[in-house]
Formats: sequence, C-alpha cells, structure tokens
Amino acid sequence: MERIPILKMGRYLLVTIQVDMHDRLAMALQDDLMEQIRRHHAEGVLIDISALDLVDSFIGRMLGNIAAMARILDADTVVTGMRPAVAITLVELGLSLTGVRTALNVERGMELLDTAREERETGDGRRQG
Amino acid sequence: MAVVRDEQVSVRSEDEVVRVRQFAREWAISLGFGLVDQTKIVTAASELARNTVIYGGGGTVRFQALNDGPRRGLRLTFEDTGPGIADLQLALKDGYSTGTGLGLGLSGAKRLMSEFEIHSTPGQGTRVAVTRWK
Amino acid sequence: MTDGAKSALPSLLGRYEKEILEEWVKLQLASDTHRADLVTERDVRSESQRFLEATRTAIANGTDIRTPEWNDVKNLLTELSQSRARQGFSPSETAMFVFSLKQPLFGRIRTELAKDPAALADATWAATSLIDRLGILTMEVYQKGREGVIQRQQEELLELSTPVVRLWDNVVAVPLIGTLDSARTQVVMENLLQEIVNLGAAIAIIDITGVPTVDTLVAQHLLKAVAAARLMGADCIISGIRPQIAQTIVHLGVDLGDVVTKATLADAFALALKRNGLTVTKVAAVSSGS
Repeated sequence: MERIPILKMGRYLLVTIQVDMHDRLAMALQDDLMEQIRRHHAEGVLIDISALDLVDSFIGRMLGNIAAMARILDADTVVTGMRPAVAITLVELGLSLTGVRTALNVERGMELLDTAREERETGDGRRQG
Repeated sequence: MAVVRDEQVSVRSEDEVVRVRQFAREWAISLGFGLVDQTKIVTAASELARNTVIYGGGGTVRFQALNDGPRRGLRLTFEDTGPGIADLQLALKDGYSTGTGLGLGLSGAKRLMSEFEIHSTPGQGTRVAVTRWK
Repeated sequence: MTDGAKSALPSLLGRYEKEILEEWVKLQLASDTHRADLVTERDVRSESQRFLEATRTAIANGTDIRTPEWNDVKNLLTELSQSRARQGFSPSETAMFVFSLKQPLFGRIRTELAKDPAALADATWAATSLIDRLGILTMEVYQKGREGVIQRQQEELLELSTPVVRLWDNVVAVPLIGTLDSARTQVVMENLLQEIVNLGAAIAIIDITGVPTVDTLVAQHLLKAVAAARLMGADCIISGIRPQIAQTIVHLGVDLGDVVTKATLADAFALALKRNGLTVTKVAAVSSGS
C-alpha cells in the first residue's frame, strides 16, 4: 500500500494530500506523522490540502485527530490551501474543525507556526487551545 | 417528473467509495451544476457511500437525472441490506455519532442536498435517497 | 364539434386556399399593425402562404393543436414569433398575423355554408377557437423569449456589479451595492473567496455601505462566507453597517459571533493595515520655492 510522503522542512513536517484518502491510508498517515514528530522532535505539522476537491466528515475528523495528537506531542498543526468550494461546503456541512489552524498556503502556514510557537513560549508554558 | 438517465453501481469497498465520488462528480458536471454545487453533491455522496460500506455491509447506489418541468436534478439512492438503524431520530440529530460517524454522515448529507429521504428497518437494511435541484 | 364542422374547414381551405391567402395578405398589409418598415410585401405573402399550407395539411386530422400533426404549424409560428421579436415587432403585432386570418376564413364559411346554419355555426366556432389558440401560442413564444433575455441580463448584472478589489498587499475588499438577494450574495461570496486565493489576501473587507436592507437570509450568507474564509485561513471584516442595518440585525436575532465589524470602510482598512504591522505616517511637508 502506498503511503503519503512526509517531508521534513526545518523544525516542521510537511504533508501534501493529493489522493482520495481511504481509511487504511488515513490511519497509516496518522501513525507515520506521530512517529516522525517524535523522531525529529518536530515543532509543527503543515498539512497541505490544496489538491483536495472535497473534504468530508471522515477527512475532517482525520485532520482534527492529527491536530489533537500532535499537540500532545507538543507540535502545532496548520492546514493550508483549502479551496473555496470545499470551505463553503464544510460550512454548510456544519463541520467546525475546532483545534485546527488554517492558512492560505504553506508559506503563510509556516509563518503561523512560527508565531504560534513564540506565543506559547513567551506565555507561561500553558497550552493554547 | 421524468427520469432522464438511470444507472446503478455497487458500493462494497473503499475503492468503490472513491469510484462513487468520481461518478457523482461526472453526473453533476453533465447536469450543469456549478463548482460549489458539485462539491456539495460529491461530499454528500461520499458521506452516504461510506455509511453504506461501513455500517450497511455494502450495497448499491443509483444515479438518476431528473426532469421536473423546467428544473433539473440529480438523485442518488443508497441501499443496503445491513443491520438498519434502530433510532432514526437520534441518528439524524446534528452531530450525533455512534462513535465513528454514521450520524454525522446522515445529517451532513441532509444539509448539503435539497431533498433527503430515509427508510430503515432494523435487521433488514437502509435506503437513503438524496436529491439536489439545479 | 360535429363531424360536419370537422370536414367543412379542411375542404374549405383546400378549395379556396388561394382566395383566402389573397384576402388575408391584403388585410395584413392594410392593417394599422402592419410594419412596412420591418417587413416587405413579399415576406408577408410567403409567410402567410407557408402558414396556410401547413394549416391545411394539419387540419385534415382535426383541430386539436396538441396532436403531433400540428407540430409543423406550431414550429412555423414559433419561428415567426421569434424572428419578429428579434426584428422589433411588439407581441400584438405578431399575434395579429394569426388573428387577421379570421376575417377571410369566416367570410368563406358564411358563403359556403349559408344554407346550413348549424354547420355554419360549428365551422365558425371551430375556426375561431383554432385561430385563438394559435394566436395565444405566438404570445407565449414571445413571452418565453423575453424571459430568456431578462435572465441573461440578470446573469450579466451579477458578473458586473461585484468586483473584488485589492486594497493593499494581503488586503482585498468587496463593496456590495444595491439590494442583495440570495443568489447574488452567493455569487459575490464565491468570487470573494476565489480572489482571496488568487491574490493570497488573508484579510477581506466586506463593505455594505451601499446595501439599503439586509434580511435574515442575506445575513446568513454573509456569515457563512466569513466562516468559509476563516476555514481557508483568511479573516473578514464587515464594514459600512448603517444604524438601520445594525437595528435590523439585532431585531432579527442574527448572531454575528466574533466577526469584526467597523462603521466605515476607512476604519476597516486602518485595522487591516494594523494587522499587517503597517501604519500610515505623515511625511514632513516640503516648502515650495525654497
């Protein structure tokens, strides 16, 4: 089974989702990500979904799970590149994607990760929601 | 109201869920739906197809292009012979989940489509029909 | 309709087609609805001839224009009605083409069936109801044509009146103008979201200074657009909310949540600049002639 490649970009990990995800692939991705976060002491995860023309409740839950698990491993998550039609549909669907930060593209996503980490560190070490 | 085009495909595996999404996209495009409507239709189809495979033990989906006077629509009917849903009201309540998303899928599909109809008999199976009018 | 009437009309048309045609054309040319500026005598003659021929053929099978035998006649009339509409004829001028056929037709019926009053009455009734229905058909075709034009214009209006403007790096604005309806608001919002992606703008100002009223549906669409923008990684500021609209929003019980609102577009722009870490400062004045 193919696995979604995870790229290391400095302190962060980048995942680009380009295929139609099914359960097994999603599970494998979550496992791989957590493993890589641990191994590289990654501080953030960027999930680029600019190639996805749909996000259903399954993918939505996967993104939420990844963000929650990454946080436990002290890493922030930013989802980037959501398409307008997908965003409109998600709003209609009522999926809130709480706990998931978003950015227009990977570059902005990295800036967001930079500031998120700064905020957390200049705070008193408490977790941000 | 007339059915102008009619096709049934099997939904029994993950791969077939992917195929159902592609079919839904093709049908939506050929009926002239705009991009946002296409996305809504395909997302609803994805939710219901997943439900059929995961909770219904696999089944079929029927695609129909409808002509009702001046308006055109796309109807998708998902059918399975699985365990059925005991409490429909509960399942349809927004955000309800048996733990892995049956309820989310149903209420989500309902919100994305113009019409939503569900029949389910515990022990016999479930049929969900959704329609989106142009 | 008795069988007598059913057979009277077709045979009448068959025997006197030429005469009826002549009278009819003369009538049309003399009528005050005749548009000599738009159509020549030859056109009137050829159109009338084609119509009569087609009618004569169709009427042999009865006078119910819903049957397939009448399709040729109906197509002819549809074509005629559409082309005349394009040329600038009013719907009544086009309808008169059909209605003016009554006079020559009734004349013939009266002459031929004078000795049989019952058959005369039936034939007249059959002829008049047939022509009425055909006349109404031309009106309906015209109507549909106009509706098509209106719809196309509405679609063009949608495209035209909702530009998304780039105010600065990372800042776009969409000035909404006029009464918003559901369809228009959705189109505008979709355009806005697409421009956010195209221009890489993370701040979008939706200015509703030019919107006289907002109803619940429109407010919901605006809020959905804001939510969608947020999901994409952009933030919206709604500006230009007039006191009346603020009142309406509260009365309708619409919950703006944490959407930032500003009274004016200028305020919204200042906030957008601030969020980008920018300020506007005055440059020292340069004295002239020094």
